[in-house]
Amino acid sequence: MSVEFKVINSSLIVNINSEIDHHFVDETKKLIDKKASESGVKNIVFNFENVDFMDSAGIGMIIGRYKFTTQKGGITSVACLSENLKRIMMISGLYRIIKIYNSVEEASRAV
Amino acid sequence: MYDNEMALSFRAVSANESFARISVAAFAVQLDPAVSEITEIKTAVSEAVTNSIIHAYDDSDGFVHLWCGIKENKLYIKISDDGKGIKDIHMAMEPLFTTKPEQERSGLGFTIMQSFMDEIDVKSEFGKGTLVSMSKTISPQSGR
Repeated sequence: MSVEFKVINSSLIVNINSEIDHHFVDETKKLIDKKASESGVKNIVFNFENVDFMDSAGIGMIIGRYKFTTQKGGITSVACLSENLKRIMMISGLYRIIKIYNSVEEASRAV
Repeated sequence: MYDNEMALSFRAVSANESFARISVAAFAVQLDPAVSEITEIKTAVSEAVTNSIIHAYDDSDGFVHLWCGIKENKLYIKISDDGKGIKDIHMAMEPLFTTKPEQERSGLGFTIMQSFMDEIDVKSEFGKGTLVSMSKTISPQSGR
């Protein structure tokens, strides 16, 4: 599966095993929102351990989920970024509103 | 005159975004780029092709055209469409500008192309289409 979900306490962990582009995001964002609503979580953690490519569509996907969790009083964070993904986060300025963690455990402990 | 060239046309559907960037990466391999350079090229191509797919044709069918050339250690890329064109290129290239905020578009496509390539030029005629030309010098492996 290109995306798998797991709930840890109040966080939905989104494990992505795919390149992240407009094609992937259009297919996946509704699924993430559906899972987040169904499981009643207020936080979302993206696990990018198995992602070696992301373009600006990924930025849109993260900002969209940031809005979702903010409405619920929670946060969206990201874990396990490659150097390339870190660079996209820096160029976009996204690092200013989205916390970056070295592991999913660290991210889910922080909320 | 280029040392080598390739050209492709494909339907403007999102499934072709990965096809386009992988094709350019495969062509660029003959310049012996570093992994980071390949990633930069793939990302810039993905942004330009995605722009054409999202904006050029709205709901009608159309094609995206991709051309690559190599001269010495420089890669040239042209990505074009025959779609509706961009009304105001300066505004379109502003960071965070998007005509489709409701679709969660980030408005960072051109910013990323500018950051990852050496040169970028955008030409567009309203109602006729858009051409994005980019280039990047690949540093010799011996220097790394």
